[in-house]
Amino acid sequence: MATETLTLGKALNTGLRRALEDDPKVVIMGEDVGKLGGVFRITDGLQKDFGDQRVIDTPLAESGIIGTAVGLAIRGFRPVCEIQFDGFVYPAYDQIVSQVAKMHYRSQGKVRIPMVIRIPFGGGIGAVEHHSESPEAYFAHTAGLKVVTCANPQDAYSMIQQAIASDDPIVFLEPKRRYWEKGPVDVDAPLSQAYPLHSARVARPGTDATVLAYGPMVRTCLDAATAAAEDGRELEVIDLRTLSPLDLTGAYESVRRTGRCVVVHEAPGNLGLGSEIAARITEECFYSLESPVLRVTGFDTPYPASRVEEEYLPDLDRVLDAVDRTFGW
Amino acid sequence: MAKGDPGVTTRGRRAAPRSKRAAAAAGDPELVQLLTPEGERVETSVGPDGTEYRVDFTDEEYRGLYRDLVLVRKLDAEATALQRQGELGLWASLLGQEAAQVGSGRALRSQDMAFPTYREHGVLYCRGIDPIMPLGLFRGVDQGGWDPNEFKFNMYTIVIGAQTLHATGYAMGVAMDGKTGGDDGEAVIAYFGDGATSQGDVNESFVWASVFNAPLVFFCQNNQYAISEPLERQTRVPLYRRAGGFGFPGVRVDGNDVLASYAVTRHALDNARHGQGPSLIEAYTYRMGAHTTSDDPTRYRIASEVEAWQAKDPIARMKAFLTRQQIADADFFAAVDEQARTESVHLRERVLAMPDPEPATMFDHVYPNGSPELDEQRAQFSRYLESFEGSAH
Repeated sequence: MATETLTLGKALNTGLRRALEDDPKVVIMGEDVGKLGGVFRITDGLQKDFGDQRVIDTPLAESGIIGTAVGLAIRGFRPVCEIQFDGFVYPAYDQIVSQVAKMHYRSQGKVRIPMVIRIPFGGGIGAVEHHSESPEAYFAHTAGLKVVTCANPQDAYSMIQQAIASDDPIVFLEPKRRYWEKGPVDVDAPLSQAYPLHSARVARPGTDATVLAYGPMVRTCLDAATAAAEDGRELEVIDLRTLSPLDLTGAYESVRRTGRCVVVHEAPGNLGLGSEIAARITEECFYSLESPVLRVTGFDTPYPASRVEEEYLPDLDRVLDAVDRTFGW
Repeated sequence: MAKGDPGVTTRGRRAAPRSKRAAAAAGDPELVQLLTPEGERVETSVGPDGTEYRVDFTDEEYRGLYRDLVLVRKLDAEATALQRQGELGLWASLLGQEAAQVGSGRALRSQDMAFPTYREHGVLYCRGIDPIMPLGLFRGVDQGGWDPNEFKFNMYTIVIGAQTLHATGYAMGVAMDGKTGGDDGEAVIAYFGDGATSQGDVNESFVWASVFNAPLVFFCQNNQYAISEPLERQTRVPLYRRAGGFGFPGVRVDGNDVLASYAVTRHALDNARHGQGPSLIEAYTYRMGAHTTSDDPTRYRIASEVEAWQAKDPIARMKAFLTRQQIADADFFAAVDEQARTESVHLRERVLAMPDPEPATMFDHVYPNGSPELDEQRAQFSRYLESFEGSAH
């Protein structure tokens, strides 16, 4: 077993390289993914090694990226599309929702669109407008799409390969503020032995309250759990990993034990993933709950100017405040 | 099936003007035309870049094109009738556009791939596809699903212009597979209308096809209206000239002339399959009927305009030509009409026999790999339905 310490970004890069090696039908396409290696360097060096027919710098038009990838998929390719930033995916929204998501359904199973749409998402990097958004609910709301996100380098490495190998169209959200965080990655483990793509996982076991998070907020919640432990309170943190379909089996089991649940995400609270999760937890764990399911989210404003984004983003204190409130009911 | 070779020559090989050679259609210097509305054959017609277009069909091939036109129109009329009788939810008629569709459809070689809108029933027919195939969509028993690669004909696309990007990506894939460069190369054709030319997706597909030199023919049926909006609301320049700004050739053809539609499409497809990149064809035609059966064109266009186009009917001119040249006689025309009647009756019978889907099938095929959430919803829904079993309601 070859365990290396990689940043989350490098783990994605290594996973993409492995996918290109494993299947000649895999093509990477997007703006600046070639020579530049992407604005976050996630595709660094791939065009050099696999050529400009496998790693394609596209014209600057997001609908065109996704629309032509649909055609390539019908032709038998497995496109991995990079959308440069979360806030730039909207020009492609029609192709994603009306074409990518519905081709298999429309064709009664005769057409598969094994496409991965990679989107760096979330805030916390001091960026200008349109570079810090969390659009996951738009995609999770769309039947025919699957939506996943990784929170650590090992998952980044495995999940990107699993997503590419899957015949489902998958929106793959990358927590951009965590690109530079390091962790151990077993780069030799066979993909077949990787943790299942569409499964949540306990990131930290605990007994007193259940905290559900995904993507960039997993780190925040783990930090909150560490702080809570110093105060004698053990939080169970679950990394949801898959946002559509949701895998809440473990969350139900956890909440039945703890009786308390807090859902955390950066996206605005109104009709966000947390709303759906709270509803389901309430339906499944009603008699075990000691308090309502609480949400810690971004506010229902446009993503604010970066000098105040730390106030907008859920942080350790807001998570712990919500946990405290579940004990005060 | 018509297999006549268009016998194209290009600029530089042009001979001096000949008596039977038209610089372009009479009255419209921009229009490639090989059969006038009166049924007169034009031997050669010259496109804007100097390309000379002509066809050299056998009598049997001419008769085959006529048969296609009549059959396609009759089946279309049958579908309209089925909608009026409540058997289809909607129908998008191709009435008036038969020549553009049959001409371009017959120009496709077997290895070529087509990406239609929702109105390309004539192209579908010329691909040898059973005309029943798209009717499930319009009856509402399915979403119009078939395997594009099996038929070399993509599913109908309802979102305006979206399929042009799919065609472009597919064509990029053809080139990446190394399937261009010879007579057996593959080419792709993308159908769309005049309204679609305003869509971002169509313009993006022009950019993509151009910079990647995709083996693609953009086939725009300019039928003069996007539902109610006339061409003037979409463009200030003739649509075919837009190609120049994107860096590939464009040509306007008489879309009511099946021979010219065939010639320009075959030429463009062959250029594409030989690696010479994309081109745009504007088939200048007219939607004689409504946009769909839900539309009322009398609200936005006048009868005299429709009458003027009636005089340019694609079938009447072909019949006049065949009759005058003694290529076909009354017995042939009667036999074609009888075949059309038989096929439309057969189509009707099969539409009426289409079963409604079982309710729980709405959960089928959402994901190739399924979804446990959806499995649970389906199970709940089934239990709910079962709860009514044995009840009087």
